[in-house]
Amino acid sequence: MRRQLFIALLSLTLSCIGWASAQTVTVFAASSLGDAFSELADRFEAQSPGRNLVLNFAGSSTLATQLLQGARADVFASADEVQMQRLVAENLVANGPHPFAGNRLTILVPEDSELTDASELAAPGLLLVLAGPEVPAGRYARQLLELLDRRWGGGFATAVLANLVSNEPNVRQAAAKVALGEADAAIVYRTDARGLERVRTVTPPDAEAIAIRYPIARLSEAPEPELAAAFIAFVQSPEGLAVLARHGFAAP
Amino acid sequence: MTRLPLPAVLVASAAMVLLLGLPSLALLIRILRPELWAGLFSPVVIEALRLSLVTTGLSLGLILLFGTPLAYLLARFDFRGRALLDALMDLPLVLPPVVAGVMLLLVVGRRGLLGAPLSALGISIPFTTVAVVLAQLFVAAPLYIRTMKGALRQTPNDLEAAAVTLHASRWRTFWRVTLPLTLPSFVEGCVLSWTRALGEFGATIVVAGSLSGRTQTMPLAIYATLERDLDAALALSAILAAVAFGLLLAFRLTLERRTR
Repeated sequence: MRRQLFIALLSLTLSCIGWASAQTVTVFAASSLGDAFSELADRFEAQSPGRNLVLNFAGSSTLATQLLQGARADVFASADEVQMQRLVAENLVANGPHPFAGNRLTILVPEDSELTDASELAAPGLLLVLAGPEVPAGRYARQLLELLDRRWGGGFATAVLANLVSNEPNVRQAAAKVALGEADAAIVYRTDARGLERVRTVTPPDAEAIAIRYPIARLSEAPEPELAAAFIAFVQSPEGLAVLARHGFAAP
Repeated sequence: MTRLPLPAVLVASAAMVLLLGLPSLALLIRILRPELWAGLFSPVVIEALRLSLVTTGLSLGLILLFGTPLAYLLARFDFRGRALLDALMDLPLVLPPVVAGVMLLLVVGRRGLLGAPLSALGISIPFTTVAVVLAQLFVAAPLYIRTMKGALRQTPNDLEAAAVTLHASRWRTFWRVTLPLTLPSFVEGCVLSWTRALGEFGATIVVAGSLSGRTQTMPLAIYATLERDLDAALALSAILAAVAFGLLLAFRLTLERRTR
């Protein structure tokens, strides 16, 4: 009885390990790609039975750190070039990076908010959340504030940053704080506002001046290099680009 | 005492010892480089340390103040619904901390149960240091209450009875007989709940967010620093681990000396 239990436990463990090592491609993707990449993964898996795609979403800076610390993955899709270059510099990229999508910043506010213009972000007492300064969305948002500061002057960026109540670990967390009604505003990607209820967006001036480009790359230690290349090709195929466009992403 | 042979037990435990011990060893090896300690005195780190000490100190104080009577109630009184109350008070222990954070938002958030009355008073809790303390209280207090409850149940009643026959008042008996008898558990409850509060992450980031100097405690600072400066994150982690380990070890050693 005891031996049987032991064997059962052991084989359970081994079969778990075996299952995980079936033909699986692991994709680390920026959290803003969440919905779009989930759909891309479903379609990619449906193309040929037996292939399995595992997605790991987080802030690109978190993902890059994980990869630099030895996390194994096949593909990295970053929300900016800075995080991708951290991997390129350490020779972790085998092929790429290829830009595959573009995006734009917007201001997310609760549906019942009275905010109608970006200049009101500086109003004293407003609760603003941003992604952290290391996170691409947080870096872009601070660039936008600098541009608006140049446009309006009067210490606009400083006043807005005085309203900052949280540096969130990724852009979706920042958006969630607004959707929950706890924060008054967040600067996020236009795509993040889709699928959220009880929110609306306010388009800031100068948003188009910030070029947001998503690069994708095959990693040099990819356990499944062929499948990784196939997925990257699929993302850039007409079908893949159509999915991205439907989720609000621009062409790169 | 009948025991299984030591070598066999050792070999059988080895996997668990490695799993639980190796990460600490790895951290120790990585931080034994002097250049690593340079990042330790950046303003972000100092602010995080200060905030962690202040908030966990406050949390512990509140846990003692309000947790002790509750532990006494659960240990010494029989009443209808005690099992229910008992289970409810343990719930935060087994919940994922992020869930705890969401539940707290449902209470003190702007759209939460108490959100409207609080904002009528001009009070807003999310994203404040108060929210940090609240998150710590929620996840850490059950550890103290549980420990003290067990101890209060087990203190021999005859000693307290003897004190009362010697005309000590019931309050005096509590302070002079009951509490001293529970001292080891009291200390254990303090250590467990304080270290839990110190390590609190999931509930804090949901209710309080992460802003240096206001809501960014050590674990949140470690998470944020990890992406920018791994060395500073490691140094901070080492401090946290060392403090927690030192406390646990000191507690074990005192306990062993007492029981010997």
